[in-house]
Amino acid sequence: MSLSASLLEVERLSVAYGRVEAVREISLSVPEGAIVTILGPNGAGKTTLLNALMGILPARGRVRFAGRDLAIRTIEGRVADGMSLVPEKRELFVSMTVEDNLRLGGFRRRGTAAFDETLHRMWRVFPRLAERRTQLAGTLSGGERQMLAMARALMSGPKLLMLDEPSLGLAPLIVREIFRIVAELRDAGVSILLVEQNARAALELADSGYVLENGEVVLQGPAVDLRGDERVVATYLGIRAAAGA
Amino acid sequence: MDLSIALILLQDGIVNAAIYALLALALVLVFTVTRVIYVPIGEFVSFGALTLAALEAGRVPGTVWLLLIFGIAAAAVELWSLRQGGSGRRIVGCLLRNVVGPAIIAATVALLAPAKPGQLVQVLLALAVTAPLSLVLYDTVYRPLANATVLALLIVSVALHFALVGLGLIFFGAEGSRTAALSGASFTIGPVFVTGQSVAILALTAGLIVALYLFFDRTLVGKALRATAVNRLGARLVGISPLFSARLAFGLAGLIGALGGILVSPLTTIYYDTGFLIGLKGFVAAIIGGLVSYPIAAGAAILVGVLESYASFFASELKEVIVFMLIVPILLVRSYGTTVLEDEE
Repeated sequence: MSLSASLLEVERLSVAYGRVEAVREISLSVPEGAIVTILGPNGAGKTTLLNALMGILPARGRVRFAGRDLAIRTIEGRVADGMSLVPEKRELFVSMTVEDNLRLGGFRRRGTAAFDETLHRMWRVFPRLAERRTQLAGTLSGGERQMLAMARALMSGPKLLMLDEPSLGLAPLIVREIFRIVAELRDAGVSILLVEQNARAALELADSGYVLENGEVVLQGPAVDLRGDERVVATYLGIRAAAGA
Repeated sequence: MDLSIALILLQDGIVNAAIYALLALALVLVFTVTRVIYVPIGEFVSFGALTLAALEAGRVPGTVWLLLIFGIAAAAVELWSLRQGGSGRRIVGCLLRNVVGPAIIAATVALLAPAKPGQLVQVLLALAVTAPLSLVLYDTVYRPLANATVLALLIVSVALHFALVGLGLIFFGAEGSRTAALSGASFTIGPVFVTGQSVAILALTAGLIVALYLFFDRTLVGKALRATAVNRLGARLVGISPLFSARLAFGLAGLIGALGGILVSPLTTIYYDTGFLIGLKGFVAAIIGGLVSYPIAAGAAILVGVLESYASFFASELKEVIVFMLIVPILLVRSYGTTVLEDEE
C-alpha cells in the first residue's frame, strides 16, 4: 500500500443509543484507492459505525472526509462531497423501476455528461440489471437488489463507497460476483469501506482491516497480517483456514 | 325530480368535484412527501380568490402583506438556526429567497394593480402572490419541525389554519367577493345549460392533472418527489434533500390551492373563511385515497362533489353532514386489510 493521503479520517468516534454506547472511541482511516474492511460479530457496532459516518446517526468525535470536517454535514451534503452508502436494508425505491432507481442515484448530477456515462457503465457492469431495466425494484431477487443498491450508490460518482454487509443472505455465486465488482471498483479509483460477516472473502480483497467487538476496535492492521492473526483465524476464519495457514 | 334536474345536479357536482380533486391531490402530495396534513390548503383557496378580487378592483391585495410578513419570519427562523456556523452564501441565499423575492413580487403587484391589467395578467399575479406564501409558511412553521411526529405536525397545521383565517379577516375584511368568469360563453346540451366557466374549470383541472402526471412520471425531479414519498432515507442517501422535496411539494400545493380558489370564485362568493370547508371536502376525497393514492383521491373527489350536489337538492340543510358522514363507512372499510402508511420510528 502506498503512503497516499487518507480520504476518510475518523478520530475517537462514539455513537450512543440513549445511554448505551454502541460505538466507543473508534479511530480509523481509509486511504485513497484502498479497500478497508470492518469485521466483527453481530452487534459489534459495524452498521452503527457506517450510519454515523454517513450522518444518519448523530455521533461524537471527529470525521474528516477529503480534508473537510463533517461535524454539521447532512446526509445529502455528504453525498455531494463524494460519500455513498449501500445500507444493510438497501433502502431501494421498491415501487419504482430499476432504471428510475438508478437515475435517482445520480440525482445531483442530472443533466451532465457524467450522468449518462455512469448510467451506461452501470448497465455494462451489472448486465442483470440491464435485463430488468423496466421491472419494479420490489420484484427483484435478493442478489439483484444488492446489485441495484450498489449501482444506485455508484451513480452519484462517489470517491468513497461504504458497503454494509453486501453478501448478507446471498448465494455464494452472487457473493463472488459482487466481490469481483468491488475489486474492479477499487481498480477504477473508488475507495471502499466494507463491512462484512464473510471475513474470509473480505480479507482476501481488502488492503487493511479493523476488527470490532462490543463497539471497540480490538485489532487492526494490513489484511495480510489479519489473515495470519491467531485470534482472527480462530474466531472468524474457522478451523479450515487455520489448517490451511 | 326529473331527468333534467338530475343532469343539472350532476353537472354542478362534477364542476365542484374538479376543485375538490385539485385540493385532494395537493393534500396527498404534501402528506406523502412531508407527512404534513396540510389543513391550511383551504386558506389558499380563499386567498387566491380574494387576491384576484382585489386585483379586479384595482386594489393591492392583502396577500402581499402576508407574503412579506411571513417571508421576514422565515428569514428570521433560518438565520436563527444558522447563528453558529452559517456560511455567507447560505445567509445571502436565505435573504434572497425569503425577503428579496417576496419584495419583488410585492412591488410588481403594487405597481401593476392600480392599472387594472387584463384578466390573464391578474390571474398570473394572483398566483404569483399566493403560491409562494406556501413556501414561506413551510420555512417558518414546518421546517423547524421536520422530525416531529405526524400528530404533532397535524396539530401545528390546525393551529396554522386558525391563524391564517384570522389573518385573512384582518387583511381582506369580512365581506365576500366574487370574481369575473374566465369565460362568459354559454351553451346548452339537451336540457343542460353549460357555462363557459364550468368548461374552463374542467379543462384547467384536467390539464393540471395531466401536467402533474407527466411531471411525476417523466421528469427526474418529479420522480425525486415520489422517491422521497416511497423511502425517505433512501432518497437522502442518493442526495435528494428533504428540504428540496418539501419546498417543491408545498410550493405546488400553494399553487394548486390558489388556482382552485381562482377557478371557484366566479361560481360562489368567497369569504376569508370559505376555503376551509372546500378544503375539508378535498380532504374527505384524499382520506378515501388513504392520503397516498392520487387516482383514488381524484375519483373520490367526483363522488364527494356529486353526492354533495344531490344532497343539497334533497336535504339542503344536511348536505355538509351527508358529505362528511361519508368518511365513517370509508374509514371502516379502509381499516380492514389495507396498507397503512406507518409513522416512522
